[in-house]
Amino acid sequence: MTAWRFLVNGAPAEVEASGMRRLLDVLREDLGLTGTKEGCGEGECGACSVLLDGQVVDSCLVPICQVEGRIVRTVEGLSLAARERGSLDALQEAFLEHGAAQCGICTPGMLMAARAYLDAGGGPDDAAIREAIAGNLCRCTGYTKIVDAIAAVATPAE
Amino acid sequence: MPAEPPIDVPRHLFEAYERLAAGPTRPIAGGTDVMVQITGELGPIPERMLDLSRIDALRGISLESDGLVLGARTTYTEIRRSALCREHLPALVEAAATIGAAQIQNRGTIGGNIANASPAGDTLPILLAADAVILVGGQRGERQIKALDFFVAYRKTALAPDELILQVKVPLPRGRQLRFRKVGTRRAQAISKVVMALAWQEGPKGWSDVRVALGSVAATPIRAPKTEAVLEGARPTPEVADRAAETLAAEIHPIDDVRSTAEYRRTVAARVLHRLVRDAGGW
Repeated sequence: MTAWRFLVNGAPAEVEASGMRRLLDVLREDLGLTGTKEGCGEGECGACSVLLDGQVVDSCLVPICQVEGRIVRTVEGLSLAARERGSLDALQEAFLEHGAAQCGICTPGMLMAARAYLDAGGGPDDAAIREAIAGNLCRCTGYTKIVDAIAAVATPAE
Repeated sequence: MPAEPPIDVPRHLFEAYERLAAGPTRPIAGGTDVMVQITGELGPIPERMLDLSRIDALRGISLESDGLVLGARTTYTEIRRSALCREHLPALVEAAATIGAAQIQNRGTIGGNIANASPAGDTLPILLAADAVILVGGQRGERQIKALDFFVAYRKTALAPDELILQVKVPLPRGRQLRFRKVGTRRAQAISKVVMALAWQEGPKGWSDVRVALGSVAATPIRAPKTEAVLEGARPTPEVADRAAETLAAEIHPIDDVRSTAEYRRTVAARVLHRLVRDAGGW
């Protein structure tokens, strides 16, 4: 067991774990951040997506030893500024408004993939949004409302 | 769930070499293949693991006298964003964009694609068609292995157990054309049913240095020499395209598996080649 140190949602974390423990398990079980979901556990579905140094990754495929000294963002920290205000992130608001969540299992990962897309300067283009969330499977919505919600946030205000 | 064998996290190449020389250890870079393979369901769990994520010597993309050089830890996202790759090897950029989706492209590496040696590895036909050379190293020194000689049998490579993949060198002969095409179930998150790369030089007497390389149609990524011979010295006319496609269909021996059937793969491989030749001929 080794102590691994990194930042989660802006706060320092230290976890004693085997270096091969999955980031997903560290988040959910060791740190109690159960917003991140496990779907397939093999990098196919994107339900466990988090941001690692700003890049969207499947946390089921990341051993914790590779997270040492790095910055992790989960759905709980989607918008730190909004959380301090006690409100939701603009993406979460848009998902609510557009009815972009049904069973909810894909939603946290979908939000993180969308956040990475928007933070990289992504716009409201339908094809680009669909590519950005191509690694996130949703079996309920048919994706249209999810794409609409992301496009709404990506559209510059008049 | 993956097992949690002990893992060493070296900062330098020589430390990694020491671990490899000391006994069996399984390297991990982006983890997109390894983390799925070590659950115990797909064979024995490795006794030890070797993390490559801190070794900076395995990173970087550069243009050198012998071609474009990619560090083994270069991710698909880095390939997609690289100005050098876009300018000198756009077919590889295209291939990188078809692998998984953002989550996989941010983590998966070209060295991992090579080491994993899946017959469906999407970058591998490009490396074969482009006469790429793989630089490997260990305590015994470094050596270069032609991509063509690297994939020796199903998921078996020429890499020794005490060696690491360090770099891929892709020669950039002036005037070489290189095309890539992948057929999967959907555009993203799909493992190839057929993946192909075609390279040639255009000359006054027709095509030369023709390379036809395929994935997902044999136990390893392969070249198709009989088909290459049809295209060598020829021009991309409808008759040549027909003959090349026919030759390819007879030359490959794909299998039925969960992703596709032999018949489908044979037909589609021939059609993909036909289309690439047609596109080159502009008809």
